[in-house]
Amino acid sequence: MKWGLSLFLVSGIVLAQSRSGLEYASEEIRRLQANDAENPGMLWVDRGAQLFAQHCASCHTVEAMKGVAARYPRVVDGKVVNLEAQVRHAGAPFAYESDELLALTSFVAHQSRGMPLRIEAPAKDVERGKAEYYRRRGQMSLACAHCHEANPGKKLGAETLSQGQPNGYPAYRLEWQTLGSLHRRLRSCMFGLHAEVPPYGSPLLLDLELFLASRARGLPVEAPAVRR
Amino acid sequence: MALARIQVPRETKRGELVEVRIVIQHPMETGYRRDAGERVPRNAIHSFACRYNGAEVFRATLSTGIAANPFLRFYFRAVDSGELDFWWLDDDEKEGTAKARLVVL
Repeated sequence: MKWGLSLFLVSGIVLAQSRSGLEYASEEIRRLQANDAENPGMLWVDRGAQLFAQHCASCHTVEAMKGVAARYPRVVDGKVVNLEAQVRHAGAPFAYESDELLALTSFVAHQSRGMPLRIEAPAKDVERGKAEYYRRRGQMSLACAHCHEANPGKKLGAETLSQGQPNGYPAYRLEWQTLGSLHRRLRSCMFGLHAEVPPYGSPLLLDLELFLASRARGLPVEAPAVRR
Repeated sequence: MALARIQVPRETKRGELVEVRIVIQHPMETGYRRDAGERVPRNAIHSFACRYNGAEVFRATLSTGIAANPFLRFYFRAVDSGELDFWWLDDDEKEGTAKARLVVL
């Protein structure tokens, strides 16, 4: 009890605004994520370690990957570059959302586990995603903010709405029965809104990702997280 | 894509219960799912067994009611040091194997 109370006091200051999706998850899911022996996302991390040795190790060391995921996405020459795009840059020509790319990105992200997100991006680039975040879309005519800013913690059907924080991705979702990227998660929100579903890696999803990541500054990288 | 993660203590005392945990990467397709209208054929792990120094210590029958990437946990008693041999078979008749070492003090 004492431990729980002091944890609350310490984290209460930081998390008064931002709460990881983990805080909205059930006890069972939290346990699954916390335990590397049981977290199914670790299967992809293992695979990613093999792929890293094959495709990346001739230029990069594993140690150098520490903290990388906490700085992505970045803006390079006016374009948003997320971790997936960066991993694909050279020796790893894997398709978006392929098992190979998911394995590599989750391996790289895993190296930053526990480190706070610290995205640095020009305000004008973040503004683009912010505008999309507050734009109503689809037949439901809802914006991201209607669920994830106005109603986190409340129920939508059987689901508990979270703040829609991106710090756990790539994450293993029980609904998917597999590991998936943040873009897959965003696409399923779009589908739920009966809106046009943008393709993986499209400018809209990248802009949203940049805004979400800058909004999540300070939250720890949890990849591979487990979500419902 | 037979990839598994095994968690076994490195060492144990003679006669003590040993906890074994294994996660196997497998889609566990139910056969009821459709992909672009086409039915995805059923493919689930149906048999799983674990031998310790050649003797079977655990066996399980699985089916489509079990989620993808199944997680199994079981206990056994080890008398001598040795090797755990995991084996499983799915509906595509694809076999998977994995090994882990255990030292009995």
